[in-house]
Amino acid sequence: MTDAEKTILLVEDNADDEALTLRALARNGIANKVVVARDGVEALDYLFATGAHTGREGHQTPVLVLLDLKLPRIDGLEVLRRLRADPRTAPLPVVVLTSSTEPKDVAGSYDQFANSYIRKPVDFADFMSVVRRLGLYWLILNVPPSQGEN
Amino acid sequence: MNRNAPPVLLVEDNPDDQALALRALKRSDIRAPVVIVSDGEEALDYMFGTGAYAGRDCRQRPALVLLDLKLPKVGGLDVLRRLREDQRTRSQPIVVLTTSNEESDLRNSYQLHVNSYVRKPVSSEQYDDVMREIGEYWLTLNLPPPAPVP
Repeated sequence: MTDAEKTILLVEDNADDEALTLRALARNGIANKVVVARDGVEALDYLFATGAHTGREGHQTPVLVLLDLKLPRIDGLEVLRRLRADPRTAPLPVVVLTSSTEPKDVAGSYDQFANSYIRKPVDFADFMSVVRRLGLYWLILNVPPSQGEN
Repeated sequence: MNRNAPPVLLVEDNPDDQALALRALKRSDIRAPVVIVSDGEEALDYMFGTGAYAGRDCRQRPALVLLDLKLPKVGGLDVLRRLREDQRTRSQPIVVLTTSNEESDLRNSYQLHVNSYVRKPVSSEQYDDVMREIGEYWLTLNLPPPAPVP
């Protein structure tokens, strides 16, 4: 697989945060294709090739999911619970990327086996730096569950 | 080094790798003490305050567990399973650090909800870089699970 085929699923309803995240990834040479889902239903439809994503090549799971928690329709913790409950998506690396630092959100995420929990910085430069560091860690250092398959 | 900071628990039976990891963490900006255990049984004893670690307050969780897979007495995957099965350690951030290229190790680690899977580098220079990246990500970027309720 080339980097462009290793898709990142970004689940984010805020257009500014979406633009910033895409910019930070691109600026740091992360060439992966990024699919954006703007609410929890869209995220699940993409993952399970249902709804608007019916017919999508279902075997193509993303290499990384960046998941906001406060989302319209179905929230992030519920998305996480459902993807962990399905064997097709259970092993996916999921990084919660959110402005919330509430202990119930942090604990709830780890309870559903989020791989990592990152607080979204408010400051622009910090945001860019955080996305760069998490991108490099998960796309270069970490070995994803699907490596070697296909 | 802040001796009251939660430690990094290194589960590694190879003395050369122990020394490399220790040196790499000391050279990095990670201000955490490192506890080394040499087999899976000792790792579980440390985490649960049993055996040689009887009386250790196991509510004091390590900031990170670095887990080799090929270990004497109790293997790394069994350590991972037992930590995930117990409420006290279910959310513990755990990174598998191994030379294994076996697809089954990768798949089983993610099925047992490892946080991250990293291949052990071959050269000592790369070892420093990889340990620094792991340390910085999990000790400074990732938001850890809240402390368990006493």
